[in-house]
Amino acid sequence: MRIALFATCLADTMFPAAAKATVLLLERLGHEVVFPEAQTCCGQMHINTGYQKEALPLVRRYVRTFEPYDVIVAPSGSCTGSIRHQHKTVANAAGDKGLAAGAEEVAGRTYELSELLVDVLKVEDVGAYYPHRVTYHPTCHSLRMLRVGDRPLRLLRRVRGLDLVELPAAEQCCGFGGTFAVKNADTSTAMLADKMRHVLDTGADVCTAGDTSCLMHIGGGLSRLRTGVTTVHLAEILASTEKA
Amino acid sequence: MTFLGMPLAHAPRGVGHLRGDEPFPRAARTALANPQLRRNVQHATTTIRGKSGRVIAELPDWQDLRAAGSALKAYTMANLPRLLEQLEAKVTEAGGVVHWAADAAEANRIVTGLVRATGEQRVLKIKSMATQEIGLNEALADAGITPVETDLAELIVQLGDDKPSHILVPAIHRNRSEIREIFLRAMPGVDPALTDDPPVLAAAARRYLRETFLTTKVAVSGANFGIAETGTLTVVESEGNGRMCLTLPDTLITVMGIEKVVPTWQDLEVFLQLLPRASTGERMNPYTSMWQGVTPGDGPQSFHLVLLDNGRSAVLADEVGRSALHCIRCSACLNVCPVYERTGGHAYGSVYPGPIGAVLSPQLTGVEDNASLPYASSLCGACFDACPVKIDIPSILVHLRNQVPHPAAEKAVMAAAAYTMDRPRLYARAQRAAKFTKLVGKRGRGLPPPLNGWSAARDLPTPPPESFRDWWRSR
Ligand code: SF4
Repeated sequence: MRIALFATCLADTMFPAAAKATVLLLERLGHEVVFPEAQTCCGQMHINTGYQKEALPLVRRYVRTFEPYDVIVAPSGSCTGSIRHQHKTVANAAGDKGLAAGAEEVAGRTYELSELLVDVLKVEDVGAYYPHRVTYHPTCHSLRMLRVGDRPLRLLRRVRGLDLVELPAAEQCCGFGGTFAVKNADTSTAMLADKMRHVLDTGADVCTAGDTSCLMHIGGGLSRLRTGVTTVHLAEILASTEKA
Repeated sequence: MTFLGMPLAHAPRGVGHLRGDEPFPRAARTALANPQLRRNVQHATTTIRGKSGRVIAELPDWQDLRAAGSALKAYTMANLPRLLEQLEAKVTEAGGVVHWAADAAEANRIVTGLVRATGEQRVLKIKSMATQEIGLNEALADAGITPVETDLAELIVQLGDDKPSHILVPAIHRNRSEIREIFLRAMPGVDPALTDDPPVLAAAARRYLRETFLTTKVAVSGANFGIAETGTLTVVESEGNGRMCLTLPDTLITVMGIEKVVPTWQDLEVFLQLLPRASTGERMNPYTSMWQGVTPGDGPQSFHLVLLDNGRSAVLADEVGRSALHCIRCSACLNVCPVYERTGGHAYGSVYPGPIGAVLSPQLTGVEDNASLPYASSLCGACFDACPVKIDIPSILVHLRNQVPHPAAEKAVMAAAAYTMDRPRLYARAQRAAKFTKLVGKRGRGLPPPLNGWSAARDLPTPPPESFRDWWRSR
């Protein structure tokens, strides 16, 4: 299958490993991955901070860039959520009916990584090997905007060598929330503290999730505390094999 | 704001409790520094959450009930003027008197005038959000009338000279030893040997309240529902104090927000299943009181209904924001909110705390007056899932963030970011520049304001040697 990758601006710029892993994983599974270079950002940060007007060109850019593709994947529940649930609203608010229709169509063909694997490619065992104790944090937008449910867990359970431990109070927000972490830094930190406590309680060496943004937040806290626990994107675990 | 050419007023300044003294982030910091408060709130919300989750799981048709509740509310909002006039006609027919209050000041004036006309100096109060919203207790006190809160938690708040911090459990931020101290200090005729055993505390409150019930001739209540079809007012509660207030006095004055009207008696079938399970985690609320105007020889012989707008018409005019008026004040959204759980209710400034407060208060007052509230959420979506009438709170928050006046520096940054991101080549250059920038410092410590909040507790990631885009090209 020919799959267009939406890398997301955060992974593209700060966490290329997650986007690279998505490419390598899909290629290993026998698919062709393309990266349309006109892509930049889905506009979620602007939309969620109250800059819908400024987000409009970014929405248009996303829709135009990915219109030609049948299947699009993003290694992010949050960006996929924004594409699926906000792009049409932004276009409609600007009175652009044509863009709204386009946005809805393209959103219907955009999948978060675990959705793509389980629902479209119908694969749970991706042939990965990852000999670590891992706990999974379901990010809020994967969980409640996309309803990915246990798809990531089903994928992780089939990874050889991986010891999956359940995260207590997993469904509680980590406190990132985009600009929330900046505008309400104290509250965000209090939420992060509880999330980190739960991660540490599992005794895992690795905390994984489907969003680089939440991982940046949780990982930043774990690193500051010198806990030794690292954050790794789900795609990187699924891309790992005995060879690499 | 105008609607069909009519200017729509927001809740006026200087009266009532819809505005805080400081922005949310600052108020939250104070709350976060209080570990006792955080423990109390966390314990209470976790308990209610568990209880509610269990009784909701018993109903196989919970999602259908939510959909029905949501549809009924949407229908009501679309037909509000007609339904309110119908309610007025029915209440009047049943011997009640209906008053229309455009805002808090007018409502306070009406209620104070009605109490004065009875010649009484003291009124019983049933826990009510509407009367808290308009600051009725203060208005009554200014007129020399003493309001006595009869809900146990509300009484604790009143005696403690405090502010409520939860819609349903106003004293959720207090534990029993704090309550004992408040009673000893402020409850008339309290036994000095009072212990902090919950039954002992409840008995002390009961003794004090019984006496008050039997000697007070006027009561003021809110209403959970006002049925247009029959003119029936409804109050649901857990303690029975409401039943006393609604039946014992000679005069009953009910202050009801105009959005509390429901079309028909049968609609309660839906709401009376949704409300208790979502709010207290009970299958049915212990007391449901319903009355129609005046019944000769039984209950209050004089009944007044004050219909309160106070910014609601302005909310109704906003296509996205109006669903905030669907709220049945169950407080489920507070109990599941990770922000509320850590800050408690006072940080929100308004009588409406938590997620619903973050969308309702700014709309009632106009967003300028509560500009920080739409940002008091990580948009995690737990509130939307919990809401028994399916109010999409995250979408309203995002919508309101577009109406908030933005700080100039933030505006410039966001405009520059959007400009760059709409130009892939400029964007790629900016990515390459990012890894050389010294702004982030070693391991991202010590960012300048306003980003220093981030780096105070978290390391920033080290910029990678190359962007994904550059890697892809070099493949
Ligand atoms: S918004 Fe929904 S969950 Fe929150 S108090 Fe109102 S009805 Fe309950």
